[in-house]
Amino acid sequence: MAFYIVQFLTGLASAASLFLVASGLSIIFGVTRIVNFAHGAFYMLGAYVAFTLTERFSGAFGFWGGILVAALAVAAIGVLVEMVLLRRIYHSPELFQLLATFGLTLMVEDLVVLIWGPDDLVGRRAPGFKGAIDFFGQNIPSYDLFLIVLGPVVLGVLWLLFQRTRWGVLVRAATQDRDMVAALGVNQKWLFTSVFALGVFLAALGGALQIPRDAVNHAMDLRVIVEVFVVVVIGGLGSIIGAFVAAVLVSELNAFGILIFPKISIILVFLVMAVVLIVRPWGLFGKPEAPARRTPGLTVNPWRPLTVNERLAAIAVLVVAAALPFVAGNYLLTVGSEIAIFVIFAVSLHFLMSVGGLASFGHAAYFGLGAYGVALLAKMVGLPMIACLLLGPLLGLMGAAVFGFFAVQLSGVYFAMLTLAFAQIVWSIAFQWVSVTGGDNGILGVWPEKWAASPSHFYWLSLGIAALAVVILRIIVFSPFGFALRATRDSPLRSEAIGINGKRIQWTAFVIAGTVAGLAGALFAYLKGSVFPDNMGISLSVDALVMVLLGGVETVSGAVVGAIVYKALNIWLVSQTDLSKLVLGGFVVLIVVAFPKGIVGTLEAYMHRRRKSSSSAPSPLLTSRIESAE
Amino acid sequence: MKLTVKDLNSFYGPAHILFDIALEVGEGEVVALLGRNGAGKSTTFRSIVGLVENRSGRVMFEGRDVSDLPTHAIVRGGLGYVPEERRIFTDLTVEENLEVGRQPKRPGAPQWDREKLFKLFPNLGEMRSRPGGRMSGGEQQMLTIARTLMGNPSLVLLDEPSEGLSPKIVEQMVDAILAMKKEGVSIVVSEQNLHFARLISDRAYIIERGRICFGGTMAELDARPDVRDAHLSL
Repeated sequence: MAFYIVQFLTGLASAASLFLVASGLSIIFGVTRIVNFAHGAFYMLGAYVAFTLTERFSGAFGFWGGILVAALAVAAIGVLVEMVLLRRIYHSPELFQLLATFGLTLMVEDLVVLIWGPDDLVGRRAPGFKGAIDFFGQNIPSYDLFLIVLGPVVLGVLWLLFQRTRWGVLVRAATQDRDMVAALGVNQKWLFTSVFALGVFLAALGGALQIPRDAVNHAMDLRVIVEVFVVVVIGGLGSIIGAFVAAVLVSELNAFGILIFPKISIILVFLVMAVVLIVRPWGLFGKPEAPARRTPGLTVNPWRPLTVNERLAAIAVLVVAAALPFVAGNYLLTVGSEIAIFVIFAVSLHFLMSVGGLASFGHAAYFGLGAYGVALLAKMVGLPMIACLLLGPLLGLMGAAVFGFFAVQLSGVYFAMLTLAFAQIVWSIAFQWVSVTGGDNGILGVWPEKWAASPSHFYWLSLGIAALAVVILRIIVFSPFGFALRATRDSPLRSEAIGINGKRIQWTAFVIAGTVAGLAGALFAYLKGSVFPDNMGISLSVDALVMVLLGGVETVSGAVVGAIVYKALNIWLVSQTDLSKLVLGGFVVLIVVAFPKGIVGTLEAYMHRRRKSSSSAPSPLLTSRIESAE
Repeated sequence: MKLTVKDLNSFYGPAHILFDIALEVGEGEVVALLGRNGAGKSTTFRSIVGLVENRSGRVMFEGRDVSDLPTHAIVRGGLGYVPEERRIFTDLTVEENLEVGRQPKRPGAPQWDREKLFKLFPNLGEMRSRPGGRMSGGEQQMLTIARTLMGNPSLVLLDEPSEGLSPKIVEQMVDAILAMKKEGVSIVVSEQNLHFARLISDRAYIIERGRICFGGTMAELDARPDVRDAHLSL
């Protein structure tokens, strides 16, 4: 019995930091409507800065002062980020806000390695809380008891701040109607900045307080952000009480889950989250949101199928691409195959994002499932390559069917958070379930059969499947199903009013996208001859998002161009620098701020304007910025 | 002049909504902006306080050009705005709603505080800690006016204050507006209800399809039944 109580107390202690980070995320979202994907990065920075300060200054004062100063310093960085970056994108669609803050996360990860090095850092124990307390023969670290008390104290302080101060009243008012607050003479800019500072402070404090418990490392940002997303989805985004209750719930599930499913304890949390989503999609303490804000797509040039001439041009381009093996060497052909595979992957996400209006931040899960599907079939069952290629993507299909069912219950930022969390869950299963997936070592020796083994043959195979995937997805876009999907994207209420079952349409789109991504993953497994957990990692999901963004979110097939340009650049970049995440993150932020229409979108707008200017004034729709209406 | 609006044009996306609107409001005056649903009354107000982004023209307030200021700066300068949809903060109590509107005192402008407003709207004084979401439409309408007055404005744009209210509450609203006028607050009130406007206004403008098509005293308006019948539904 004592053991279970100690386990319970450990859970409570873990809940404290989780609550700090989650409440910060909730507060920021409430007022700015931005889900700050960089929140985990601020948490990590808090831990690193606190580590440096507490190492530098000794004594109890040095330790506690160091933790506080670290949180304040990171909050100051947050203020800078808000003023320089976020102020430019408050009126952008959610997708761009998510991407920009995600780009920030990537940059911070590399910067942290650059400053503090790649190794884990073990911090000091907290002065005054170094020992442990004996509890019926079980030890409880006294620092854990400190954290257990700290959680409710912070909750109380936040409650007072929001209920008893003018600032708190303004924040609560702005959470409901920020325009009205401005119409009463309140300067929103500083309100937003101060709210962001508080949220970041809480995240950094959560990170700083972890150093006596855990080693500081450069992967802690993603680990915590996934848990935080799960917490706010369960507790309800925007609710501080919800963040507290859900943080305790999730931490206890983790603490006891380890006893039940030692290898895949995350399953338990996932099950609870699934139940909450079915019963209360807006979380235990949240409120139902009004229908999501407009997604990119309304300002597009009206979509149309290609004309005969354009089709001929597309075929000509394909023929030229197919002629590559007659002039290029093996390395170039392998690169070409990889690009073709990523075209498939990117168009599958583009289909979900642009046509379906569902921005998935975890699309790599289905790519990876397809790859693992092939690897398991080939290695364990020993099926021939054709069968593997046909059946492997079915694992992606099944994953998309299960996760997609829950994900489409939500929209907008909730959808993005949930897809990211699902992808992390799939990733950790691949990582932890060593007996089946090989864990970190992956599955090796998945080579294509003779007929596809040569670089030129494999290139033709990839190119052919890529062309087929693009054509099929375009046919779907211009089919009645595609129209229904776009109708649901543009106005969920109106499409429902004309009898479209929006959720089922979106679920179907999710499954289609997941299956096509699985197909790309299946080919990728054969190209590399192996699969690893990284094939379903977050950075791959981000790669896909950037490809779509680079091509143009508002286009029909911009992702094809985006994938080719991005993948070619990426392969070149990785060969040039070790700081690819820093460059990539900066690139993402730059596109969002300066170049939101992407390559194809910009070209289309330019062509359209030229055509128009010869006849009449340009349509204001085309010259308008991409912006969301509320 | 307290407020002068010249050549105001506004757009929602590609749609041109207001055409060359011109208005003048004198010190301490109550001016009615009359027009049917969709004529452009609310858009005129929203444009004056800078809530419509895509607009051109001049807005002069107390001799200062405020056309290019952000909304909060215009409002802080003493130009209060009461939106049509009331937009009460439903989770906040009556007192907290007033707190959001509170601004520093401004020399030369009528000054208000909570107690003075509770005298003007006695109903509100009896429900100080009730959340805005659990108030009747009439009470919310009073709260939204009181909230704007907490900013000590010298001019208030009142968007359809009588809309959807019972005759009894409308009477209270008339009294409240006249009391505000007596304190020295200039008021522009948009209305569809000519009868209500007549009780409170010195002058009137009529707006139709985004254009001002009449401006004059109430007596001048009464002398033109043709204008009245063409542009207002009675």
